[in-house]
Amino acid sequence: MKFDIEMLLKSDARIVASTFVGISLLFIIVAMILGLDFNGTVNTIQRIMFLSAVYAMVVLALNLQWGYAGMFNIGVAGFMLSGVYTMAIITGDPNGIIPGLGLPIPIGIIGGVLVASLLGLLISIPTLKLKADYLAIVTIGFAEIIRYAANALTFKTFSIAGVEMGTGAGRGIHLPMNPIRNLYYTDPSNLGLGKTVFGQYVFGFFEIIQVQSSVVVSWTYAIVLIFVVGLFYLIIYRIGNSPFGRVLKAIREDEIVANALGKNTDIYKMKVFAIGCGLMGLAGILWQGSYGYTNPTTFQPILTFYIFIALIIGGSGSNTGSIIGGVVFASLLFEGPNFIRRVIMHVFKFDKAPNSIIEAIIPISSFDLGPFVAYSLANISSLRVVFLGLVLVYIIQNRPEGLLGYRKELAASIDISRRPGAEVKRGKRHE
Amino acid sequence: MVGYYNTLREKVQNDRGTALVLFGLAILLLDLIFKLITGETRSQIVATYLWDGLVIGLAIGLAGVGLSLTYSILKFANFAHGDMITAGGFSGWVAVFAVMGVGRFDMKNLLLVGAGNPINVTELGISVSTTPIAILFGLVVAIIGTVLLTLLIDRFVFRPMRHHNDGIALLIASIGVSLALRYGLAFIFKTQNRGLTAASLTASYSVPVGTGSVQIDLGEITLVLVAVVLMVCVHMFLQYSTLGKAMRAMADNRDLALITGIPTEKVVRATWIIGGALTGAAGFLITLERGTISFQFGWILLLLIFAAVIIGGIGSVYGAIAGGIVIGFTSTVSLIWIPADLANVAVFSVMVLVLLYKPEGLFKGVTTA
Amino acid sequence: MSSSGAKKKQKGGKNSAKKYPLKVEKIGKRFGGLSAVDGVSFSVEEGSITGLIGPNGAGKSTTFDLITGITNPDTGVIKFNGEDITGKKPYQIANIGLVRTFQITRELKDMTVMENVMLAPKNQIGQQLSNVLLSKLRRKVKDQEEELLEKAWETLDTFHLDKLANEYAGNLSGGQRKLLEMARVMMMDPSMILLDEPMAGVNPTLKKQIITLIKKLSKNGYTFLLVEHDMDVVMNHCDPIIVMHNGEVMLEGTPSEISTNERVIDAYLGGS
Repeated sequence: MKFDIEMLLKSDARIVASTFVGISLLFIIVAMILGLDFNGTVNTIQRIMFLSAVYAMVVLALNLQWGYAGMFNIGVAGFMLSGVYTMAIITGDPNGIIPGLGLPIPIGIIGGVLVASLLGLLISIPTLKLKADYLAIVTIGFAEIIRYAANALTFKTFSIAGVEMGTGAGRGIHLPMNPIRNLYYTDPSNLGLGKTVFGQYVFGFFEIIQVQSSVVVSWTYAIVLIFVVGLFYLIIYRIGNSPFGRVLKAIREDEIVANALGKNTDIYKMKVFAIGCGLMGLAGILWQGSYGYTNPTTFQPILTFYIFIALIIGGSGSNTGSIIGGVVFASLLFEGPNFIRRVIMHVFKFDKAPNSIIEAIIPISSFDLGPFVAYSLANISSLRVVFLGLVLVYIIQNRPEGLLGYRKELAASIDISRRPGAEVKRGKRHE
Repeated sequence: MVGYYNTLREKVQNDRGTALVLFGLAILLLDLIFKLITGETRSQIVATYLWDGLVIGLAIGLAGVGLSLTYSILKFANFAHGDMITAGGFSGWVAVFAVMGVGRFDMKNLLLVGAGNPINVTELGISVSTTPIAILFGLVVAIIGTVLLTLLIDRFVFRPMRHHNDGIALLIASIGVSLALRYGLAFIFKTQNRGLTAASLTASYSVPVGTGSVQIDLGEITLVLVAVVLMVCVHMFLQYSTLGKAMRAMADNRDLALITGIPTEKVVRATWIIGGALTGAAGFLITLERGTISFQFGWILLLLIFAAVIIGGIGSVYGAIAGGIVIGFTSTVSLIWIPADLANVAVFSVMVLVLLYKPEGLFKGVTTA
Repeated sequence: MSSSGAKKKQKGGKNSAKKYPLKVEKIGKRFGGLSAVDGVSFSVEEGSITGLIGPNGAGKSTTFDLITGITNPDTGVIKFNGEDITGKKPYQIANIGLVRTFQITRELKDMTVMENVMLAPKNQIGQQLSNVLLSKLRRKVKDQEEELLEKAWETLDTFHLDKLANEYAGNLSGGQRKLLEMARVMMMDPSMILLDEPMAGVNPTLKKQIITLIKKLSKNGYTFLLVEHDMDVVMNHCDPIIVMHNGEVMLEGTPSEISTNERVIDAYLGGS
């Protein structure tokens, strides 16, 4: 097989595109079974795409740290939280219950990314020499410190240099209105006041095919996020497929060698940690930003584990794999079980689910699976995580290279598998 | 004694970090004495903190010994350890509920510790004071149940991966086990937090301190006593039995142990059995002391346990205990200076600082290579 | 390759210590209570192939680690081209032209042979983040990559690895890994190369190739210091030879001086 970056890119674009299309088709079928109308179907796919894009972003950022440089950061949720909260505090209304600085959203986003990035840098410096498992415990410990701090009543409101602000503690904090609405409405905080010209046209068009305006707005945001995924990919692709990326890979394989070959590995690790954590912060902002509200519970360690599962499914070290992993995880593993429940509940009619698992199991002895299935469906949110855990164990045991298999994504800005000036003569020899 | 003092002095001189920590502690101690004299903090509060800290610390220490053993001998950080604690707790309480409630309550309900159909625990009437035999029975079942569970998990998850000798792959697999186990327990026992013992039946003693008194109940005393006995047993086992020595040899230098013909698989199994037994006991005793159980109590404790094990030095039994007590004291005594909702922040900060500046632990155990 | 070697000679020319680029002065290192290296001093002559031998545990590998900054000496001074490099980081030492290979080959196994070789060159503009992120600057990175690629192919040719360029380094044989390590350090344009047991586990044919390569490179002005257990190789191709025993330098001399010295024979026969 001949290595050609163009070809690789094309084939990878195909893989990503067909994954998106395949998953959309799957959910269209699901929606049809559920008897959803067109609007409902469109909305379902929007939700899947939105979550897939969010996961793809964070997984790409983690891939830069773990996949390329081998830095085992399991504090991802903490860096996302710091990005989101910083943005919330910067943009919050100074006169609100939880006061903020009242600055515009772009400053909030930049501030959030910078703070997440800075925290990453700060964590990376003293941990440069730690073994991977110790780094893991430091990062998860750090993430929990931040989460407990965000949850603490002590910081519900506080003031720095006389300026009032706060985290809102356990009840969470408001995030600014999604600016996407500005495209469609003259006053995003009061939709009744009227639409922009653009809004009138677009809504008008979608009304004809019976798609509600709220779904159009959400779709717009999902599309923006998919573009951002592309941006993440481009950034990490450029970092990874370069001499810089080669050093990262070398650090992952054997840091002493990289050092003995004249690379100041500490600097590389710090940079990668800072960039990766900044991108995690950004992903967090774009994710939670759409809800207009966030709280500490969202950022429990399990969120980090979800992202790891997605990366491992896609294949750590591969950017294309990261996107696929994010999409597959978000759509099939995370959202999938809910839809399976809905489909089964819709197609078969079950009695009320039994109250306990024993009551669900006893009828099996008389070949009545109904109660057990009903119980399982009623508790699908627990079963889903059991399944995720088993998937993780299975993959790490049997397919540690991920869904796409071993991939030679060479770390160089040019195709270094070919021999320049000898393409005709020698090119073929490399199969 | 003098020699010991001298080495200690030398150590402190050679180690500015330790000196700084001791200095910080000295200042806090002085501040505490000052607060006690001025009456800003009352002595019974401090005594209560110390007792609570000791109880929490020993619970965490006991739970930590198992983690420390697997970490040093099997060379990976087991993230499923917390959920094994939970599993131990549930298995013990299933047994106690079944024994205590048989004939009076619906057995289906008893076996699920009241999942879905809560059981009136006052009516069930379990307490260390009134039903010690049932409690002992629960402890034994918790130990056996957890041992079996750990062996099962090792057989299907960790053993197939052992030859790779890849600590991070094992760590990731343990995260998978952790998720599956925790939510498997949630699937069976449901997610609500529920009561276990009849609090009114548990004997409680009032120990006078200064102008007030400290409340000590029998659940806490049981935890402290059993924890101390178990830990001394483990220490004796590691120190004097052949198998224990083999385990320590493997913790020290795995390759060397292999060359010298130590039966690895046997040692690994022994590690899981002993670790599992302590873990099960810890799960049961912690829930006994608290009087409640929920599907994630072990997971929530896990990071604290990691903190204890790291502070004590991975691989050291006494280190885990000492680390546990440091954590316990930090989480309670720190309340003199900081608000309660930041106690965990303080504890994890101590852990992170130890990892960064003294990764071999404050009490220096066997470091993993 | 020969052109860069010639460059080396010119560079050495203006330096006062041109005859002895590496000077090790009374370095010592203790691990716990044990003294691994104790007051070791020697100099390596420019363009020579100097052998460093001694029984197991004599402190040879530790000496290498101390010279290349993998560990820092407790006492003593190490100078390279007149510059004090004691306590410098490995990457700093490598970047001033003093490079090493490892006793147990440390190929980067999940990277291809070509990636391994392309990793090494110094001053790659593409190792700067801004240069790889910004489209305008990427052009320059790509140009340099093309140049390096050409050089990499030449180096792979020299080390008979050209057919394995796209193979994962982890799939190479023991001998091929030794070659890869050498090819990698040669890409750094070094002036002096420390080889830690380059012949261990290498088959006789490959051994000959490696020796020929080393001799050719040394003729071109490269300086070699090698630790080696294969006495045939050392006695026939190294001059001078430094003998270490129990962490100290026991003797330094020509092959014939070494091979007839009683103490050396005792040290080897008596073990350590």
